[in-house]
Amino acid sequence: MKFGVVVFPGSNCDHDAYYTFANVMKKPVAFIWHDSQDLAGCDAIILPGGFAHGDYLRTGAIARFSPVMKSVEKFAKGGGMVFGICNGFQILLEAGLLPGAVMRNSGLRYICRHVHVRIEQTDTPFTSAADAGQIIRIPIAHNDGNYNVDEATLAELEKNRQVIFRYTSADGSDDAAGNPNGSMSNIAGICNRERNVAGLMPHPERAVEAALDSADGLVIFKSMVESLVGAAKATA
Amino acid sequence: MATAPTEIKVTPEIAAEHGLTPDEFARVKKILGRDPNITELGIFSVMWSEHCSYKSSKVHLKRLPTRGKLVVQGPGENAGVVDIGDGLVAAFKIESHNHPSYVEPFQGATTGVGGILRDIFTMGARPVAVLDSLRFGELAPGKGTSGDDAANNRRILDGVIRGVAHYGNCFGVPTIGGEVCFEPCYSQNPLVNALALGIARKEEIFLAKAKGIGNPVIYVGAKTGRDGIHGASLLASAEFTEESKQKRPNVQVGDPFMEKLLLEACIEAMQTGAVVAIQDMGAAGLTCSTMEMASRGGTGIEIDLAKVPQRESGMTPYEIMLSESQERMLLVAERGREREVLDVFKKWGLDAVVVGTVTEGGLAKVMHGAHVAAEIPAHPLAEEGPVYQRPIGQPPLRKETAADWYKFAGEKTNLTENFKKLMGSPAIASKRWITEQYDTMVRTNTLAGPGASDAAVIRLKDPQTGEVKRALALSTDGNGRWCQLNPRVGAMHAVAEAARNVATSGARPIAATNCLNFGSPEKPEVMWQFSEAIDGLTVACNELGTPITGGNVSFYNETLGKSIYPTPVIGILGIIEDASRVVKIGFREVGDAIILLDGLAADAASKQVPVNEPAQEFSSSEYSKHVGGIVAGEPPAIDLAAEKRLQELLIALATDGLVQSAHDISDGGVAVAIAESCFASAGGRPEVAALSAKVALGDADNAAGAASAEFALFEERGARAIVSVKPSLVARVLETARQYKVTAEQIGQVTGDKTLRIEYKGHTMIDSPVEELREVWTHSLERAVKASAVAAD
Repeated sequence: MKFGVVVFPGSNCDHDAYYTFANVMKKPVAFIWHDSQDLAGCDAIILPGGFAHGDYLRTGAIARFSPVMKSVEKFAKGGGMVFGICNGFQILLEAGLLPGAVMRNSGLRYICRHVHVRIEQTDTPFTSAADAGQIIRIPIAHNDGNYNVDEATLAELEKNRQVIFRYTSADGSDDAAGNPNGSMSNIAGICNRERNVAGLMPHPERAVEAALDSADGLVIFKSMVESLVGAAKATA
Repeated sequence: MATAPTEIKVTPEIAAEHGLTPDEFARVKKILGRDPNITELGIFSVMWSEHCSYKSSKVHLKRLPTRGKLVVQGPGENAGVVDIGDGLVAAFKIESHNHPSYVEPFQGATTGVGGILRDIFTMGARPVAVLDSLRFGELAPGKGTSGDDAANNRRILDGVIRGVAHYGNCFGVPTIGGEVCFEPCYSQNPLVNALALGIARKEEIFLAKAKGIGNPVIYVGAKTGRDGIHGASLLASAEFTEESKQKRPNVQVGDPFMEKLLLEACIEAMQTGAVVAIQDMGAAGLTCSTMEMASRGGTGIEIDLAKVPQRESGMTPYEIMLSESQERMLLVAERGREREVLDVFKKWGLDAVVVGTVTEGGLAKVMHGAHVAAEIPAHPLAEEGPVYQRPIGQPPLRKETAADWYKFAGEKTNLTENFKKLMGSPAIASKRWITEQYDTMVRTNTLAGPGASDAAVIRLKDPQTGEVKRALALSTDGNGRWCQLNPRVGAMHAVAEAARNVATSGARPIAATNCLNFGSPEKPEVMWQFSEAIDGLTVACNELGTPITGGNVSFYNETLGKSIYPTPVIGILGIIEDASRVVKIGFREVGDAIILLDGLAADAASKQVPVNEPAQEFSSSEYSKHVGGIVAGEPPAIDLAAEKRLQELLIALATDGLVQSAHDISDGGVAVAIAESCFASAGGRPEVAALSAKVALGDADNAAGAASAEFALFEERGARAIVSVKPSLVARVLETARQYKVTAEQIGQVTGDKTLRIEYKGHTMIDSPVEELREVWTHSLERAVKASAVAAD
């Protein structure tokens, strides 16, 4: 089992994702430079947070053309596990691996604080270790997290249970008060129809130890590890 | 002037336009043995500007203590470096970017953050934290602030906050603390002081000393453009006038993405072992970096400007040498290994070009293709610039009587409404609206972000294994109002409070950095303030064991002839040996005892502590300013021995895990400290109800007690803190306090009845639902700024 963290020029949560797998989950992990098309035999790929290529033009718009993305697309199409966090989510949207787009936060300011997120679906490799409806407290840190998509696609997403993370208030109600950035239907994260590619605006890798104020993000990484273990057993 | 061709004849008038005095111009001619050409004149003018040369402050800065057991590198390099154990060192420094932030708040602030980050990674240290110490004019109209001023101040604040946020967030360094203060004097001269901290292995520290004759000099990073020409000499070294807005083109533009690439590339290049020396191009750009590297290394240098990557065509040598384009570095590589270095920069998509070589003999030769653009002996230029013993003149003593001071309310006046007003004042109110715009968590080291502890605390991951043992605490402090009233005592307080904040978090203060913001050094009274402040810093840093390892001086903080309050800002770094022992300010459990610790009271009777009249001292407090509208008197008397005792006690209590929370008493006095500890019990979570407290101050039987309830609740004397303690540990805490000769008195307990009650001599002074106070405290700043959106747009 090996995790790969892609490093784009301007990635800045690459170390945090790496640390989570190496030091908290204690699993093998490697950095993958954006210029390389070699995924180094990794079993799951993380697109970390940051400002890839400065996020010039649009968030993720340039990064999706980095050479590594060709391999990531191929890997995803072949059923490989791909997880985009924050800027990584934005890149997946630009690459068309996930539907929709993010716009500037409705408050027009960068926001960094803990929010509440409900795990809506547990039949994905990113959420399998969670209880359905479990509410986790993890931080957001972004300027452009306002998720938008056309009505038809939104209906599709809901119908196919692709909305796997939703912002809520502390008490679990998905009201406007719990929505930090204006995202449609309080969407915090989605997966593709095949459920092997997911993106999430909040940062679970910043909530993996009690010392960091919350360890609620762990459940996502546990899910990923367990899913790979399960997949390995299934093919063994 | 910016497009002056090199053939232009340098006259005394042109020298004067460059800010050189006739004496300085004569000295230039003496060093060169001839008249300078225009490029050389430009080089001298920036190198000898106040900003780069410290010509007015040098004689005073010499008095500061700069040595210590843990100091690896003191002032004179890009940043100070201290030993933090296990082979690791911390590089840290604070720097101002005041003038640009007034002219163009967003870009001024971004490039301020960018500049200090470069200073840190130039040393080979990866930046891990930024703190910002900000001063603005008042946000609402009032005494000394017109409606237009207030609207303008809100606009400046918004731009500066966005700028700080933009640069740090994109670069990927957490902005974890600092302060924001408001006084009318900063209306047209905001202060933007940015502190950065980086970590490196001790043997990996890089210095900016050119070495090895024949070694190549390499230019890396962004291309050079016409931006920021004369930023250091004209913008930062002269006061503001009505024409200052025309200086907007002198402000540089920051690109945090470029800086992030530069960071990663520099650190990777340094790891090749082929880099000999490195220097960032900050103020005075290519001029400062080439001349200082050669001067420090005792070598010469030769560069060819035609090889410098340029953003636009037709730039003259004068412009290339003086440009302050951001995100550039100059490095010296080992001869024969330049390819290794160039390849790293190529990988990161950055320009890297060999532009010259290190030469023998100490001459800095600047070529422009085949032509000699400048030829200057580097050492005399860098080290033999003018040094001034500026006239010092103590302003006439303020003649104040009791009539000028705050008049205390009657003993039985209920103070709840005044307290609410105080909690909502921008100085005291929560800064969360600001700090939420900063990424406070990236790199997952933040153990105590803004407002969680008295100091910002980050843990140290081992660069190789990621294992965590220690943590570092940082605090910046400075009270301009107190320094205006008494610069020496005010400066001592700045050190004492920064060190106290660090100790309250559980860390031992080990070193300091300072940013000295003052008016024009050409005014004798400003130089008096400066000299007094230096003396205060010296005494306090010596006493508290925190040598100054670097920093900067910002003079000419004046607009239309009016100086700002003298504002020395101190950043203090401390070490927590066990990262799991960080102490935060929030109360933890109902029933815990609240204990007031007072380092001074223990032996005040036996010592000759200068004690002011209560009303005189109180008139300089936040409460007097905000509730009474009075700013007068003297800062609280200070006793550094008492501070030291208190700090040692706080460290001991944290190390032994004896306290649930600790919070120092500063702005707004003990009442504010208790309220803040209540609010912080919710851990910054709006959905969690705050704990409350019931506190009784003032011994009803002791006639010699404080002068009044207001004094007891809101006085800001230092050397004090409140701690909350589990009932079972109270006796041990009191005993420990006795050992450290600190008076400790249980004044109340943490309650769960949602009401904050503070009594004085048996009378209820404050009685309010804690959530009501919290609401005011939480939202006041945002409301004050939001008035802006309507007013300013």
